[in-house]
Amino acid sequence: MSVDLASFTPAQSLAGGLLIGLASALLYAGAGRIAGISGICAGLLPRAPSEGRSWRAWFAVGLLGTSVLVALVAPSAFTAPAASLAALVVAGLLVGVGTRLANGCTSGHGVVGLSRLSPRSLASVLTFMLSAGITVLVTAHNTGAR
Amino acid sequence: MNPTSVIALVSGSLFAAGLALSGMTRPEKVLGFLSVSARWDPSLALVMGGAIAVMAPVVFWTRRRGRPLFETTTHEPAQTRVDGRLILGSVLFGVGWGLVGYCPGPALAALVTGSLSTIAFVAAMLAGLWIVDRVAPAK
Repeated sequence: MSVDLASFTPAQSLAGGLLIGLASALLYAGAGRIAGISGICAGLLPRAPSEGRSWRAWFAVGLLGTSVLVALVAPSAFTAPAASLAALVVAGLLVGVGTRLANGCTSGHGVVGLSRLSPRSLASVLTFMLSAGITVLVTAHNTGAR
Repeated sequence: MNPTSVIALVSGSLFAAGLALSGMTRPEKVLGFLSVSARWDPSLALVMGGAIAVMAPVVFWTRRRGRPLFETTTHEPAQTRVDGRLILGSVLFGVGWGLVGYCPGPALAALVTGSLSTIAFVAAMLAGLWIVDRVAPAK
């Protein structure tokens, strides 16, 4: 194992992380809500409870609106995934079902949960990091990529 | 707009800016972190570390204050026990994340590119979230 220095972006990634932390901190300290994207998405779907729909909708508007600006100003910030359409659909289902069962993803468990010193979030993060790492290892072995 | 709506709008905006700046809206960069066996890109660790460095003291401060600034209560998750549902869900999420390099935030943000790949992923993700709430909702 060696660090891929050509891809490593310490300054931008740390700065981006601070912004994500600021976003989560503002929502928690200001409104008492948890910036977890899987939960926000689930709470906006049909037949979700009406309680909490409003703030989630505003969060989504902010996230999508700013992403439009990013796509206009710095389109290279977005790259399309390399996976096949079938793999994308399977992966999307796994991410949706998995984060709903676990009640959180990289943001809700990773950023907010670890900051809250939640044992559930620590268990979740260790588990999904491990299963994601194994998945990349297995698929890279099969496709010869990476 | 009430204060909570304004806060949520600004928070979502900052979140999207952070995702884009950090490189997390590039799936190959996320896979470069998850692939510790070969050429490893540690960037994602700095994203998480940076976010937690800001968030953790704010959680401490908010809890000591007893309530958030513009609402009467903090909506903490109800569950506190590590159970099979949490672990199973985390395993499945990790497999999906490792297959493509998208977790929910970057996938949602990347919808604005109109890429068919991203639309397919997000549609399946939303279906997955929705199905669990219909078939096996949390107690």
